[in-house]
Amino acid sequence: MWNLLQIELFKISKRPRTYIAFAAIAAIVFIFQFAFKADGQSYMNLMLQSVKDSFEFERTKAINGYFMCYIILNTLLVQLPILVALIAADSISGEANMGTLRLLITKPISRTQLILVKFAAATIFTILLLLWMAITSLFFSLLIFGADDMLIFRSKGEESQILLISQDDVMWRYLAAFAYATVALTVIAALSLFLSIFADNSIGPIIATVCIVLVCTIISNINVPIIDKNVRPFLFTSYLVGWKGFFYIATTDEGVPIKGSVENWPAIRNSLSILLLHIGVLLGASVFIFRKKDILS
Amino acid sequence: MSAIIRVSHLSKQFKDTKAVDDLSFTVNEGDVYGFLGQNGAGKSTTIRMLLSLIAPSGGDIVIFEKKLHTHRSEILRQVGAVIEKPDLYKYLSAYDNLSIFAKMSDIKVTRELLMRQLEMVGLADRAKGKVETFSQGMKQRLGIAVALVHNPALIILDEPTNGLDPQGIADIRNLILRLSREMGKTVLISSHLLSEIELIANRMIILHKGKKMVEGTVAELLDPAHSLIQLETTNDAAAKEKLSHSNWADALQQGNPIRLLMNKQAVPQLISDLVGLEVSVLSVNSSHSLENYFLSLTTQSGHVEPFAN
Repeated sequence: MWNLLQIELFKISKRPRTYIAFAAIAAIVFIFQFAFKADGQSYMNLMLQSVKDSFEFERTKAINGYFMCYIILNTLLVQLPILVALIAADSISGEANMGTLRLLITKPISRTQLILVKFAAATIFTILLLLWMAITSLFFSLLIFGADDMLIFRSKGEESQILLISQDDVMWRYLAAFAYATVALTVIAALSLFLSIFADNSIGPIIATVCIVLVCTIISNINVPIIDKNVRPFLFTSYLVGWKGFFYIATTDEGVPIKGSVENWPAIRNSLSILLLHIGVLLGASVFIFRKKDILS
Repeated sequence: MSAIIRVSHLSKQFKDTKAVDDLSFTVNEGDVYGFLGQNGAGKSTTIRMLLSLIAPSGGDIVIFEKKLHTHRSEILRQVGAVIEKPDLYKYLSAYDNLSIFAKMSDIKVTRELLMRQLEMVGLADRAKGKVETFSQGMKQRLGIAVALVHNPALIILDEPTNGLDPQGIADIRNLILRLSREMGKTVLISSHLLSEIELIANRMIILHKGKKMVEGTVAELLDPAHSLIQLETTNDAAAKEKLSHSNWADALQQGNPIRLLMNKQAVPQLISDLVGLEVSVLSVNSSHSLENYFLSLTTQSGHVEPFAN
């Protein structure tokens, strides 16, 4: 298996399209950092407009590396599925399109092994993508903007909330958030791989993945009780932004943040379980269908 | 001589189409086995079933005395294949392609082994060249190198000369003959050209609409004893009537023009007998029965009739 995985990673590393995702992330992060370095204070004034002077925080320190990373993640993690789909949706369909799938199948490796290796390679790509995002959005932002306590703007139902997390309580939350995002994006990788089995070129599965994510996200955001109760809990898109939960710090009755705490651990655990279940079902279905598929391409 | 491939009552149904129908054949050790049939005859479907790309609807495939269904990996470790076009990773070099597929075949891969293989197919000097810059012939040779890199005992080639120029076809032919005669490999090769198969195969099968039409050694099937002699006379109907009451009655074929399935060596005797029967012969043409038979399969299926001058 390790030998096959090495081969798979070698093939991915040799394809120019692999680097599109890394370049896109670097470009977007750089634009964010440049914009906030140039005129971040206007943004901060706008966000803190409603609280005016009642919130005791030095506004100049609000735009720091931790805050920047949060803003970037909040924007980029919604687009990242497209970049993951670029590689994962190509897994089987790309091989079918090139005609190499039939050559792979004639080698003494089982179809289950092939799917598992493709999935592992797509997962490693996802991890590398997030690692790259962590380097550019967190570490570069810390270098550019420095470290300080972190402000979080949160919409909770009708009301808005501002949370302040002490800077020595932030880093573990980012590690947890990136780990969560890896699981969330691995669902996208598993979905793309699943769709990839049915196609002979990678465009179809990429478009299908994006469409499914788009439709499910829209449904997830329809605030109608019947959908909220019966549909939303079963859609993986409802949990893609669950990483934010690590930044919703619990507070005392007096509203003082409790260091090292998270407001709703059960919700995070529940979200992770549902995402892992999606991965299991999609991967299982991929193996089951691919084992029976006639290779005609 | 032991059987390397034993196929019994193999069939494959695609929705409403029966692509392979109750097919049985045996490929023996050391054979260059020709798989002949027009496009759509079921050659590629059968080959894909032999390589486990397609699951049969019925029947058994036994390779190296083991059932393919239960010993797939074990069998495929000893099989090398080129299926139709030799599609490889275009963005990788010849060397990298060969290396990837060699590693998948569970063998110890060394630079020497890969370069030796590229040398054998005449691509050593293009080892670092990307496949996307290769000609069709070069890709085909690289495909064969990939098929042979793990030193398989059985080589399966599906239409390996498709799209090649005459020199490319000759190169592939020579390579197959070398593999068989010098290295003792068993080769199963499919083609829709009888002329190609008869040059390299020692045994062959003809498929038509998924069914076996004929199987045997090439020597048997192309024996001069199975020539088709066509006669043109001043009065074909009368000549046919006379022949049907002569010693040539058994050789006489149905339909027009007058055709006799017979040993080519007996043509002088036939002409002499025709003179004795007072039949005036205008022309005598001979063609091989198998070639004619194969051609008739083609013309039956809506293809353009050969021009008769």
